[in-house]
Amino acid sequence: MTIIRCEDIKKYFGVVKAVDGVSLDIEKSDCFGIVGESGCGKTTLGKLILGILDPDSGRIIRNTGKMQVVFQDPYNSLDPKMKIFDVLAEGLVVRRSSFVVRNADDVKRKVEEVLDLIRLPKTALKKYPHQFSGGERQRIAIGRAVLTNPEFIVCDEPVSSLDVTIQLEILKLLKNIQKSLGITYLFISHDLRVVKFICNKVAVMYSGRILESGPVEDVYRNPSQAYTRQLLSSSLTIVP
Amino acid sequence: MRNKLAAGASLFILLILLSAVFAPLIATHNPAAVDSRSVLTGPSRQHIFGTDRLGRDIFSRIVYGSRISLSIGFIAVGIAVLIGVFLGAAAGYYGGKLDMALMRFVDLMLCFPTIFLILAVIALLEPSILNIMVVIGLTSWMGIARLVRAQVLTLKERDFVAAAKVMGAKDSWIIFRHLIPNAIGPVLVSATLGVGGAILIESALSFLGIGVQPPTPSWGNILMDGRATLGIAWWLTVFPGLFILFTVLSYNIIGEALRDLLEPRLKK
Amino acid sequence: MSVLEVMDLKTYFYTSHGVVKAVDGVSFNIEKGEVFGLVGESGSGKTLTALSILKLISFPGRIVDGRILFNGIDLLCSDDKLLRNIRGSKISIVFQEPASSFNPVFTIGEQITEAALVHQRIGRAAAKRKAMEYLERARIGDPKRIYNGYPHQLSGGTKQRAGIAMALVNSPDLIILDEPTTALDVTIQAQVLDMLDEIIHRERLSILFISHDLGVISRMCDSVAVMNKGRIVETGPVKNILNSPKEAYTVSLLESVKALS
Repeated sequence: MTIIRCEDIKKYFGVVKAVDGVSLDIEKSDCFGIVGESGCGKTTLGKLILGILDPDSGRIIRNTGKMQVVFQDPYNSLDPKMKIFDVLAEGLVVRRSSFVVRNADDVKRKVEEVLDLIRLPKTALKKYPHQFSGGERQRIAIGRAVLTNPEFIVCDEPVSSLDVTIQLEILKLLKNIQKSLGITYLFISHDLRVVKFICNKVAVMYSGRILESGPVEDVYRNPSQAYTRQLLSSSLTIVP
Repeated sequence: MRNKLAAGASLFILLILLSAVFAPLIATHNPAAVDSRSVLTGPSRQHIFGTDRLGRDIFSRIVYGSRISLSIGFIAVGIAVLIGVFLGAAAGYYGGKLDMALMRFVDLMLCFPTIFLILAVIALLEPSILNIMVVIGLTSWMGIARLVRAQVLTLKERDFVAAAKVMGAKDSWIIFRHLIPNAIGPVLVSATLGVGGAILIESALSFLGIGVQPPTPSWGNILMDGRATLGIAWWLTVFPGLFILFTVLSYNIIGEALRDLLEPRLKK
Repeated sequence: MSVLEVMDLKTYFYTSHGVVKAVDGVSFNIEKGEVFGLVGESGSGKTLTALSILKLISFPGRIVDGRILFNGIDLLCSDDKLLRNIRGSKISIVFQEPASSFNPVFTIGEQITEAALVHQRIGRAAAKRKAMEYLERARIGDPKRIYNGYPHQLSGGTKQRAGIAMALVNSPDLIILDEPTTALDVTIQAQVLDMLDEIIHRERLSILFISHDLGVISRMCDSVAVMNKGRIVETGPVKNILNSPKEAYTVSLLESVKALS
């Protein structure tokens, strides 16, 4: 089942053609990666798919219920004045029209469940974001996204700001969540190694356009585009 | 050193606040009590700060006067903060024509020399304490509005706001739950400094005779009383003057200390 | 004699929350012509080690112990005058952020020329020529345009190349590169590293190469020291460390990287 379909979407910011005719399909349970360097338009594409921005032309067909997002910068994606409990619960509480939380017990239970998933102790609930490390904050952001039972999550460079050892932790967490909760991901990254680890499909983006796409194995092994080849060869792996 | 200064200032303000609240317990005399036998006497054991031309005890008048001056300060600033935060947040969040219109309105208000505006308004209406509070409040919200608007402009681009939007948050949720709490820091600083400013304005108005009207004592009108007899009764001018000076100074010091407290956090 | 000998360097930060032992007993040597890598995650103390070498630590940090011998001279005992002569000419540094090497108000060319003039006894014309020469060596296409350009007009990759040119113009004995390509796009990173590799080997420069990226370290460095929490966990030739790591931390670092490859 196609969760997201983009039909030739364009988004221009004045002269800058951030997204210049992108078409793609994201199927249920995909982990769909978008790779590209800075300025290629991948973040704009993410925002268009989420609905934060509207395309100038083209269509986005969404066949999904709730969508959520995990951003890159763990220092910016959590409100510094909110306790972690409130940060996590925000998705549940925000749709209500009043500020009074009904079913407070229900919310509390769900928040505590998610704490287990992201492996943080109960004592974390009363603390503030600045008391946590980058990796922990990112786990909180993931917890927040997962709490509302979304069907689709956009991850925009979720591990790029983290140390290598923490990156692996977070990626494993994301993979686990996908397996156990069956969530579809759109995974945006500039790092091909990360995309290979977690995605099953990938699209290579450059200057607002998708140069090629397909199953990760295929694109990595037999890139059809020169740019893809350049990207692959520039990704430094350890020379044994 | 700066910390000691701030601590000293806070202590002073605390004392003033306490004396305002517990005025009946602290004042030595009834501030309205006229005593024709002790007209214009200097500081003595009976009257610590002396008496005025009606024989009223200056110390007690100052103590009761602090109630007036402080409450005018707080409420005027409270009004300014309410208006400033509301308009500033709206302008910053919605942008576009609303922002332009509000900012031009701010510019307009800033063009008026505030003191003259206040004088004009008070002259037209009666100089009641409520009017004074409201007028000062209505003419000092502009700086706060600009501060809040500037903060909101940057804050609304931050990821946690985008995340909230994705979660389905309405504008009111974002403004009241996310933007205002994060923008409030500089406003606190401005408000603290503003209390000092409001007290000064009230004192000036009362000194000119169009502020708090006698017999209700306020620091400003005690000063006014003392003007005619400055040569022979210095205590009528010096004591209220000192209180105004130290109170406003203390608020300024506390405001600056708050700013220093908030600044390093901004680096993060 | 080694170009740089760091002996038991300790740099502590005295904050209101207590003492942070950012660099806690670090020792290593860099021989002439060697590319020495310092690898570690954020907070490991690698950048502060570099800043300590140049004695650029300011309050509330302090270098509390250790010796730093540069060509035999203990930098920690040297006066400001000597240090000023050394910084920028005998030891130069390139930081992660391409823009940080340059003052936004002056052109690139003016700044590189200035760097040459301050430390070398040559005239302005000669300094200008040197600046152009190094811009070319840094493989900058159209060096004249870049010479006359302002920092904000250039891309990250070009700025970083210009920063490297400026670091080279006085033919330093040691160059410190602190995450020089981390802030750049992947394809640009590869190009800049190629350029660095070529210059380093042609001129046989001595380099202290700091990075969190083991891939980059393995490509560029001869030896490497692994840093964690202010201490060096393991040191040795790159091949040895990568193939037979001895310490647990090194192993976990390698595992994380390998899992993603």
